[in-house]
Amino acid sequence: MSDMNTAMVEKYRNSFLSEVEANVEEGEWVKMCMQCGVCSGSCPFGPYWDHPPQELFMMIRAGKREAVLSSESMWMCTSCYNCIARCPRGLPITHIMHGLAHYAKRLGLAPKNQQTMKFASIFWDNLTKKGRVNELQLGLKLYFMNGFVEGIKTALCMKEMGMSMLMTKRMSPMEYFGGHSIKDTKGLHAILKKAREIEEAKAKQF
Amino acid sequence: MAEEKKVGTYICKGCGIGDRVNTAGMATIATRECKSQVTKEHDFLCSAEGVKMIQDDIDNDGVNHIAIVACSRRAKTEAFSFENVAISRGNVREGVIWVRPDTDEASETTQEMAEDYTRMAVHEVSVMTPPTPSGQSEGRKNLLIVGGGISGMTAAIEAARAGYEATIVEKTGALGGSAANLYRRVPESSPFKDPEDSGVAALIAAVDADSKITVHLNSTVTKTSGAPGRFSADITTESGATATENFGAIIQTSGFTEYDANQLPHLGYGKGKNVVTQMELEALAAAADGGVIKTADGKDINSVVFIQCAGQRSDEEGHLPYCSGHCCTTSIKQAMYFKDQNPAIDTTVMFTDLRTPGAGGEDFYRSGQDKGINFTKGVASEVTDNGNGCTVKFRDMILDEDTSTDADLVVLATGMVANAGVDIDVVGQDDPGKWEVSVDSILNLDYRQGKDMPQLRHGFNDSHFICFPYETRRTGIYTAGPTRRPMDIGQAIEDATGAALKAIQAAENAELGRAAHPRSGDLSYPSFRKEGCTQCKRCTVECPFGAIDEDEERYPQFNEGRCRRCGTCMGACPVRVISFDNYSIDTVGNQIKNVDIPEEFDEKPRILVLACENDAYPALDMAAMNGVEYSAFARIIPIRCLGSTNLIWVTDALNSGYDGIILMGCQKGENYQCHFVKGSEIAQDRMSKVDDTLQSLSLEPERVETYEIAITDIERAPQLINDMAATIEKIGMSPFKF
Ligand code: SF4
Ligand code: SF4
Ligand code: SF4
Repeated sequence: MSDMNTAMVEKYRNSFLSEVEANVEEGEWVKMCMQCGVCSGSCPFGPYWDHPPQELFMMIRAGKREAVLSSESMWMCTSCYNCIARCPRGLPITHIMHGLAHYAKRLGLAPKNQQTMKFASIFWDNLTKKGRVNELQLGLKLYFMNGFVEGIKTALCMKEMGMSMLMTKRMSPMEYFGGHSIKDTKGLHAILKKAREIEEAKAKQF
Repeated sequence: MAEEKKVGTYICKGCGIGDRVNTAGMATIATRECKSQVTKEHDFLCSAEGVKMIQDDIDNDGVNHIAIVACSRRAKTEAFSFENVAISRGNVREGVIWVRPDTDEASETTQEMAEDYTRMAVHEVSVMTPPTPSGQSEGRKNLLIVGGGISGMTAAIEAARAGYEATIVEKTGALGGSAANLYRRVPESSPFKDPEDSGVAALIAAVDADSKITVHLNSTVTKTSGAPGRFSADITTESGATATENFGAIIQTSGFTEYDANQLPHLGYGKGKNVVTQMELEALAAAADGGVIKTADGKDINSVVFIQCAGQRSDEEGHLPYCSGHCCTTSIKQAMYFKDQNPAIDTTVMFTDLRTPGAGGEDFYRSGQDKGINFTKGVASEVTDNGNGCTVKFRDMILDEDTSTDADLVVLATGMVANAGVDIDVVGQDDPGKWEVSVDSILNLDYRQGKDMPQLRHGFNDSHFICFPYETRRTGIYTAGPTRRPMDIGQAIEDATGAALKAIQAAENAELGRAAHPRSGDLSYPSFRKEGCTQCKRCTVECPFGAIDEDEERYPQFNEGRCRRCGTCMGACPVRVISFDNYSIDTVGNQIKNVDIPEEFDEKPRILVLACENDAYPALDMAAMNGVEYSAFARIIPIRCLGSTNLIWVTDALNSGYDGIILMGCQKGENYQCHFVKGSEIAQDRMSKVDDTLQSLSLEPERVETYEIAITDIERAPQLINDMAATIEKIGMSPFKF
């Protein structure tokens, strides 16, 4: 994917803003931000972000490509939609955050080991396998995402909840071995394959 | 007056007055003590029947001086407006029963209050004369408009539409003013997306086509004299030919000059052709006329940076401390000149606080963003020539870093400097009528106080911007447009429209001999007893409206039409020879002297309150309506303005045994609320001399206090009265009770 990155740098040498407008979901909104800061003030995680939304938008406009795309910031968004509800300019901020995160990953610029990104991959793989989320597998993968020791610790921590779910038949241990799927898994895989082909063809144009 | 004076006193028993006080006792006092020839009580005086009773006495019984003892003078003004008679009002409703508790204990002092207000009303009216107009006005109603820009042309067209003739005097060879140099203007109509035609050509065509409007180009006003309804102006052409014309009122629309960017060398101005002001960019855009805009030396422009607040909103020496209000939208508009022609041109607006006033301002800003104008919150510190163009060093306020950007052209938003004429507070005016005619003066007024309109701050012409923004300190002369305060085209058009209506009103009022705001309709005017005048000139100097000139013998010459009836001259006069028919040293002095002052050991002090009728008196009335109580020892006299307070009132009151005196005026200073602008300030300076009087009488300084009261001080004003009562209790009664 870093080929794509080089291609993009080449293409939009002068304007990161144009790059974002053309390639990031809802990116054409970035120019409409009036820097009021309401989004940053509304975001429950704002204080923990390196660059809250308002600042990210300014950085995009100031051409800080590297800093934006390799930032942890947009990965912090929890989709609470507070900012969208409040932005006086009506920017779809949440969507832009996810758009930026996605674009950064595609270009291979997202920070290594980014937790949200890792979990998103696990979720995606889990979901696409059978067309349904296998909650038991997903949960365990999440627990052991950062290694065996941490996984055991988390599992012990959650032991009681797990047991109660088993007792009340909210979760079946059998799910671990296979689990249910949608009727036409093959069909789903075909759709996803086609979608990937289209995306990749698009990316090749650069 | 040929008729003999006949005083009638009418006491109302309505609104609970009859239940709370003994009106018969008050009537006896009016007749016996105050020599009222006709005294009547009525159950409901403001009713048709009560009013008719009074009118009958006027018509059939020759009563021509009327004391109405009822509610506040601010209530029932329509019922109690009788023609051709002198009227005074004793306030026993808001002034007595509403501010005192209805208890047996309080009834004695409440009755004393009511009796005193009866005495005061009758004695006041006894020394009044029914006011009649002076007849000074010549009844002219055409308008002189000085300055032929958007404001001036708008004022002329609006006046003509209302049926009044207007004459525009324009210094340059063409109408249009600064706006004529604009390529386009910020849009005034929906959808507020694109720059619009400035509209100047259409205005000029409308002016030219209007038979009620006369235009003098290449002309200036070299002398202005007179008063509303009878102004006379010398209009001199470039060649020196002068014609004198007469006018009813004047509007000054002299506009602005762009701030001198040479004072901003750090922003690269004056060093090359790549740094221009907004007005200079208009010229480049006009030359391109929709085509490619190039620098003055013909270079291509691929990137432009607009630096907002250049030399504005800054404390630095030589910079403008204020915001000019239009420059943010102007920069957006100018960036569009580039974007609309070629979207690939980079345009950056560098601002600290973007302000887009007006209904469409926000839409216009959005449209700019939509067109791809980049907005950067930052402060430019330096612009340097980099050989190819400019480098703008700036602090990015969002990213909190020092950085820089390159641009082929830098545009400075430099702001407006008022063309307000000579600052008369700086240029001395000691030799009236003999000043050299300065090229800078706009009106060349032949007024004792100076040849141009007074200024308030930052060089803009003064107007009562808090309450009555059109009112200047020269009656019948209105300022409009950027000479009054910084403004954009849309605001200037509204401003000029309002000024035209005010000017018409002033001329109409003048014809009837009626005062302009805030004593609109008042027919009285100040006159002075020449034999007593010592030519000290205090009245001519202190009049906030420059209404008083000097005649050949150096006596004051009152111009009734220019007078606003504040009484500041009356308060200033050390020999007390200035008076109005219905307001004089005696009308107030008589009230002060006729309050009953109990003996020292009665422990009933008397507090005199002189309350400005514009703010303090209404505040006290409203306090009464809200049931706020205050001391029964207070006796309140409304005065036209604190400026009309003559020291003799204070001295007399102290000598006749008042224990405390409170003077209530409006806020003074830069954010003045005084309806007469300077009255309150002048009075407070004057009152600093009261200390000498107190010292000579060996009285405590706390006995006289001056306060600034706003109309909203409903709790505070009564509290100050109670505070004074407490002070007296502490320091003891005045020894001057005889
Ligand atoms: S949606 Fe995302 S960016 Fe917006 S406030 Fe919530 S967490 Fe913050
Ligand atoms: S709330 Fe909207 S306009 Fe304000 S800074 Fe955030 S994105 Fe920009
Ligand atoms: S001081 Fe007031 S009352 Fe006296 S002339 Fe001037 S405006 Fe009139």
